Amino acid sequence: MSLIIRGLSKQFQGSDEHTLQNINLEIASGEFVCVVGTSGCGKSTLLNLIAGLENPTEGEILLDGEKITKPGAERTVMFQDHGLFPWLNVIENVKFGMKINGVAKELQEEKALHYLKLVNLYDYRDYPIHQLSGGMRQRTALARALTMDSKILLMDEPFASLDKQTSNRLREELQRIWLETQRTIFFITHSVEEAVYLADRVVVLSPETHSIRDIISINLERPRHIYSPEFIELRHRILDEVRGEAI
Amino acid sequence: MKYEGRLYKLSLLIFILILIVFWQGFYFLAVDVLQLSKPYTVPSPLGVGERFLDLLSNGTLPEATLQSLGRGILGYAIAIVIGAVIGLLIHHFYYLQKNLKPMLLGLQTLPSVCWVPFSILWFGLSTNAILFVVVMGTAFSISISVDNAIKNVPPIYVKAGLTMGATKSQLYWDVILPACLPELVSGLKQGWSFAWRALMAGEVMTTSIGLGQTLITGRDLADINQVMLVMLVIVLVGLLIDKCIFSAIEHRMLKKRGLLSE
Ligand SMILES: Nc1ncnc2c1ncn2[C@@H]1O[C@H](COP(=O)(O)OP(=O)(O)O)[C@@H](O)[C@H]1O
Ligand SMILES: [Mg+2]
Repeated sequence: MSLIIRGLSKQFQGSDEHTLQNINLEIASGEFVCVVGTSGCGKSTLLNLIAGLENPTEGEILLDGEKITKPGAERTVMFQDHGLFPWLNVIENVKFGMKINGVAKELQEEKALHYLKLVNLYDYRDYPIHQLSGGMRQRTALARALTMDSKILLMDEPFASLDKQTSNRLREELQRIWLETQRTIFFITHSVEEAVYLADRVVVLSPETHSIRDIISINLERPRHIYSPEFIELRHRILDEVRGEAI
Repeated sequence: MKYEGRLYKLSLLIFILILIVFWQGFYFLAVDVLQLSKPYTVPSPLGVGERFLDLLSNGTLPEATLQSLGRGILGYAIAIVIGAVIGLLIHHFYYLQKNLKPMLLGLQTLPSVCWVPFSILWFGLSTNAILFVVVMGTAFSISISVDNAIKNVPPIYVKAGLTMGATKSQLYWDVILPACLPELVSGLKQGWSFAWRALMAGEVMTTSIGLGQTLITGRDLADINQVMLVMLVIVLVGLLIDKCIFSAIEHRMLKKRGLLSE
């Protein structure tokens, strides 16, 4: 798998300035890339462009050499507001993507149960969505996304609407799952701590130029300790870049 | 909760009984004692009850009710099909959305009885004339609720479907349809109440056997008790279908989705 973003710009119709300008980025197979930046700097727009939910004004995105023009299962998205279907229960939601892609019934069941175990929701498989906590909903959405076997998994602030404790637990679990499953993940967050904890590389978007300000490789061993001096130093450095204090 | 529900039903029953007692008392006072009006101009519970037994035993009432119901359901079904097609067209084509929908909304202010002259000129005093009135009185409200229901589907469901690789038809059948089902059902429920009223407007004006005609026969015979009886039956049948079918489905669906606080 390789994802190449080349000279990508986006200007929304009716808007007189660019939301994204000249973005260049390559993502390798198995990589965990986090994007940080202040709110409104275009993070979600970048993710939507990769997902194919928006079209670029200029430039292109290539997935394995093929230009992205529309949404597809090989670029599944996990949203901040889970996007689970309230008319289906947990396991039906997890199976939904496989079902519409024509996966055989037995395989659907097998994979759904496998990923439900992976996200610790096996015992809740028959629950209706409205009876789940926010954290459990995100786990369900994660399980559903994992069943798709996408080439790249796109996540738009998936833990942002959870309380701190729950979101910390979920990021630990996401890391465990990522290490186990070797997925390629494109992860958006406004939390620098979350980015440094999870990412191989952190991409900082600039709200002034609407382009990439810096890309920082995180070469800390996993699992990372958020109170270690190296972690704190990286966090401060990236935080300064996000705020625009270091240039 | 259950206890409260039962208590409520009991209190409603008592209220209705009180109402009937007052009604009979009023009749006794106004007609029998003070002789303010003639007996054939004021209905009484006992008179209505008597007519009920008559019309039940000679088969007139069941026959009329079944005829009306059958006709109503047929007209309603046609209205749903036509309404859904127009609704989908409005949703799909921006041009229709902009131009046709306001007109359909405007047509909502036209009472369905206004379609009667038109339908009699076209279809004569036939069952088809009644069906025409029902369809005209119902279809547009269904189109509007179909369009609104689709519009109110949260975009995130569509995005979720698309990024899992849903095709256009999968998007409609597996995402949009179930997502807008609760709103669709309440639109259909409203449609039914329109259909039932339009049906009576049509039946009263034409000559096919049905509740509307039984009502008119009561007028022609100067039988105020029959008139009252048929009016009550029309209310009860309309209400029964609303509560036992539509409200029941609505309730179950909302409960399953956790949209009902208990
Ligand atoms: N569909 C749209 N139409 C017009 N402007 C949009 C649209 N989506 C996003 N924008 C604008 O683009 C900018 C970036 O939005 P977004 O990508 O959501 O930022 P972020 O996710 O970083 O908070 C914002 O100023 C927003 O108003
Ligand atoms: Mg965003």
